[in-house]
Amino acid sequence: MSGAAWWQIFVFVAIPYVALSVFVVGHIWRYRFDRFGWTSHSSQIYESRWLRVGAPMFHLGVFLAIMGHALGILVPESLTEWLGISESEYSLVAVTGGTIAVVLVVVGLGILSLRRLADPRVRNATSDSDKFLFPLMWLVILLGMAETVGYNLLGPGYNYRPTIAEWYRGIFTFSPDVSGVTTAPILYQVHVSLAWLFIAAFPFTRLVHAWSAPVWYLTRPYVIYRRRRSTPVPVPGETRGWVTIGRR
Amino acid sequence: MRVRAQLMMVMALDKCIGCHTCSVTCKQAWTNRNGTDYIWFNNVETKPGIGYPQQYEDQERWHGGWALDRRGRLRLRAGGRINKLLHIFANPDLPVIDDYYEPWTYDYSHLISAPLSDAPPVISARSKLTGEPTRLKWGVNWEDDLGGAHERLGQDPNIAGLEEQIRLDYENVFMFYLPRICEHCLNPSCVASCPSGALYKREEDGIVLADQNKCRGWRFCVSGCPYKKVYFNHVTGKAEKCTFCYARVEDGMPTICAETCVGRIRYIGVVLYDLDSVTAAASVPQDRLVETHRELLLDPHDPRVMSEAERGGVPFDWIEAAQRSPVYALACDLRVALPLHPEYRTMPMVWYVPPLAPVVHGLGSIGYDTEDPDAVFAAIEHMRIPIDYLANLLAAGDRGQIEEALRKQLAMRSFKRQEQLFGRGDTRTIAEAGLNPEQLEHLFRLLGLANYSERYVIPTSHREDAGALQTEHSGTDFPGNHYRDKKGRLRLRVRPE
Ligand code: SF4
Ligand code: SF4
Repeated sequence: MSGAAWWQIFVFVAIPYVALSVFVVGHIWRYRFDRFGWTSHSSQIYESRWLRVGAPMFHLGVFLAIMGHALGILVPESLTEWLGISESEYSLVAVTGGTIAVVLVVVGLGILSLRRLADPRVRNATSDSDKFLFPLMWLVILLGMAETVGYNLLGPGYNYRPTIAEWYRGIFTFSPDVSGVTTAPILYQVHVSLAWLFIAAFPFTRLVHAWSAPVWYLTRPYVIYRRRRSTPVPVPGETRGWVTIGRR
Repeated sequence: MRVRAQLMMVMALDKCIGCHTCSVTCKQAWTNRNGTDYIWFNNVETKPGIGYPQQYEDQERWHGGWALDRRGRLRLRAGGRINKLLHIFANPDLPVIDDYYEPWTYDYSHLISAPLSDAPPVISARSKLTGEPTRLKWGVNWEDDLGGAHERLGQDPNIAGLEEQIRLDYENVFMFYLPRICEHCLNPSCVASCPSGALYKREEDGIVLADQNKCRGWRFCVSGCPYKKVYFNHVTGKAEKCTFCYARVEDGMPTICAETCVGRIRYIGVVLYDLDSVTAAASVPQDRLVETHRELLLDPHDPRVMSEAERGGVPFDWIEAAQRSPVYALACDLRVALPLHPEYRTMPMVWYVPPLAPVVHGLGSIGYDTEDPDAVFAAIEHMRIPIDYLANLLAAGDRGQIEEALRKQLAMRSFKRQEQLFGRGDTRTIAEAGLNPEQLEHLFRLLGLANYSERYVIPTSHREDAGALQTEHSGTDFPGNHYRDKKGRLRLRVRPE
């Protein structure tokens, strides 16, 4: 870590850890105290036609993008080399998958954003958290695209796997090598920094519905019966962590 | 065999005057919050008519409820589990707000702020969704008393199957009111459709509730219910539905809609059913659905049923209540009540006594002596409309069920009239209609006198469970979501974020 300026340590070490902590604690807090607010917050009831095109595209694209990021960042270059996958083979898969993902995400999110702006009902129902989330997602996505297009398709090419990916994995092993990211082109630096903001904001937005993917539905009986339980359930809002007992 | 108790409602449609009191008191109690503006847990429709939401009965279009597949197995009409998960990002069968109606309010402040003028100020409607001025195009009871029927009557799915077209000239027109709440089905497709498992049926009393803390806003319950009685709160992003006023019935009080019913048309009581037989009963061929549903409701006087009920955890006072149940009497003993659209196979538990008025009116207009039961009996056989219409609505097309229910009511009426006028009634017509003297008196008491304590036989929930009940309320708390602000005042949160 020697040689890194204090602000680099701040941006590329401190902020990631803060973001990850907020991510974890935020989810626990939200689940504990705001299960009532935990929803996909669908706007399909206002406008269905465009949502039925845009939403599946966007979600599918996001799945692909998440998988791509996981492959690119979490799998070290040494592993793919050991498996005998050449650099050109790897980038062929990455570019094809990436292109499909980008098209789906951009067109999907484009439709969803346009309908949010153009349909007065959806626009009016847009929450503050959405107003923060949509532009942030666009920024992160466009920066990510600009990197690939600017450096790898048109420019000299930049291999993030021995640099940014190393730094990123280092965060989880508590030995982040800041030089991996500080030497990267500025676009990459901004992309990853905004991504940390996104991760920190995640638990406080409607994105939490991603964790509610109802796979249990596949195996449970159709009709659910409940008997009265005697275990106490927290009353939403009444049991906030910071309310002092005995004072009104 | 697992015997459980279920609260059931019956509505005697002849007595409904279409006053909408039930809808209004329900709305005041349950859906007067932001986001529930367009939601009516209780609504009153004029039939024939397309209803609320529009044409909700057309399952070819909405794919609500259950259907038998080619091999005769029960399937969700909209598709099973995998199909649901594949469509999780956009529900293909979801009604949009215009299928209900765009909720509106008025620009009330203009009444105060308008400049002084000769004419009184006028306020215009504003959309509650956009805040902009709006033209009112539809509402929950837009077609009240057949308003606009000449344009839309043909779109009523119950008419589609009729041989003759319904004519709208004065002599031939018929109408009646159909108040609707959630059916608290024995085989609820809303529960089956919910990927999160947020909807559930209470084992103690059969009430179907939507857990506000577990709902994730996937909206499959909304499309899965063929009666469209689960709604999407567009502010909280959660599903809400009729609660059968659980907080009231637990204390032995009838639901708000029943309590305030002006026509005294509603009956609430306990029935016993076997939880293990529900799926089989919901899978029989269409022409046997009504009878199988009746058989599913067990005879509460049968000692075997009583002991099985006790073994299944039904408290003894609930078994006693089931024995005095006005709804069991109307549905199974007197056989005058019928389920709404049994062909949806959800085994609905709000039943209806079909109305005589449209039939008697029709007969009178073609010259029958409606005072003479013999003549009317004979005529009923030949009357296609509105009996076919009622059969499509309440008996999956089985005219026989409707005829039986109408005959019994007619026989009871004429017998009681004769008794009043001549001191004794003609028991022959009674027997022909399939009633014995005891049943006749029972039917008369229930439909005619209808004292409060006879209409509502609701056992209280058990005090020893009171603590557990409290937690149950919290889990499904509707207006719930209270919080204390910085000054310690109790506040109601409207928007979750
Ligand atoms: S009527 Fe009620 S219980 Fe039946 S499917 Fe619809 S919402 Fe569920
Ligand atoms: S209050 Fe009773 S009589 Fe009036 S509309 Fe409702 S059900 Fe009918």
